[in-house]
Amino acid sequence: VDEDAELVARVRAGEEQAFVMLAARHHSTMQRIARTYVASAAVAEEVVQDTWLAVLRGLDGFKGRSSFRTWLLAILVNRARSTGVREHRSVAIGDAGPAVDSARFDESGAWMSPPRHWVEESESRLLAEGLADRIQATMRELPERQREVVMLRDVAELSAREVCEALEISEANQRVLLHRGRSHLRQALEAELGRV
Amino acid sequence: MRVLLRRRELVCQEMVELITDYLEGGLSRAQRRRFEAHLAKCEHCTEYLEQMRATIRLTGSLRAEDLTPEMSAEFAALYQRWRAEEQ
Repeated sequence: VDEDAELVARVRAGEEQAFVMLAARHHSTMQRIARTYVASAAVAEEVVQDTWLAVLRGLDGFKGRSSFRTWLLAILVNRARSTGVREHRSVAIGDAGPAVDSARFDESGAWMSPPRHWVEESESRLLAEGLADRIQATMRELPERQREVVMLRDVAELSAREVCEALEISEANQRVLLHRGRSHLRQALEAELGRV
Repeated sequence: MRVLLRRRELVCQEMVELITDYLEGGLSRAQRRRFEAHLAKCEHCTEYLEQMRATIRLTGSLRAEDLTPEMSAEFAALYQRWRAEEQ
């Protein structure tokens, strides 16, 4: 059973509590996405609330061709984007570039400065030492499209197809953006943990 | 002759750019075999793959706060506002 669809039907029927439950289900993901566009948690919360108002107003137009979550997050991304633009957020990381600095490979393309091991350490340090903040900060520095794709795939856990729908991009484009975004995040974790 | 016809092996620098296609199931069967053949004998690329998987896991494990009772009340008010508009 699609829990969202059930709640949406109840909201349409006029049940306030169903709306609060629907909002609660998606709140954490929406906050996280909005937060990467705007300077403060308070503004992110405004973006989330604006989105819900737009959702309620547009509910009659939602035909269920995509999942509710895809539709919801597409609206959120648009709202967050325009609010973020108004706040003049800057972007620090370049759009292209290799997944790994070419200086770390020899002429044949083999690793010269290989990745050090940090996977287990990262899990234990996630909560303890602000690794979460580092990931969050890197996320904010990613070019917008990369950030959107990574957020929707790896945080909101939409499928590749759903992300293409939400952002109106091709599958090939989605994969390139995902690749660059994830590669940048790995680099940031390596800088924090691997000390290469 | 056979040796000449065989596709050359992937190098590490190519591996790191193919990794998302690999994880997304976007490689052809032949490409996938070449990718896995390299992995089987390269500990560094195996490590790199593990790091990409860890990166995805760590990114996904970040969660903002759930709805507080105050926020629930705000959402209820938002709903009321919309209902009032609809009348």
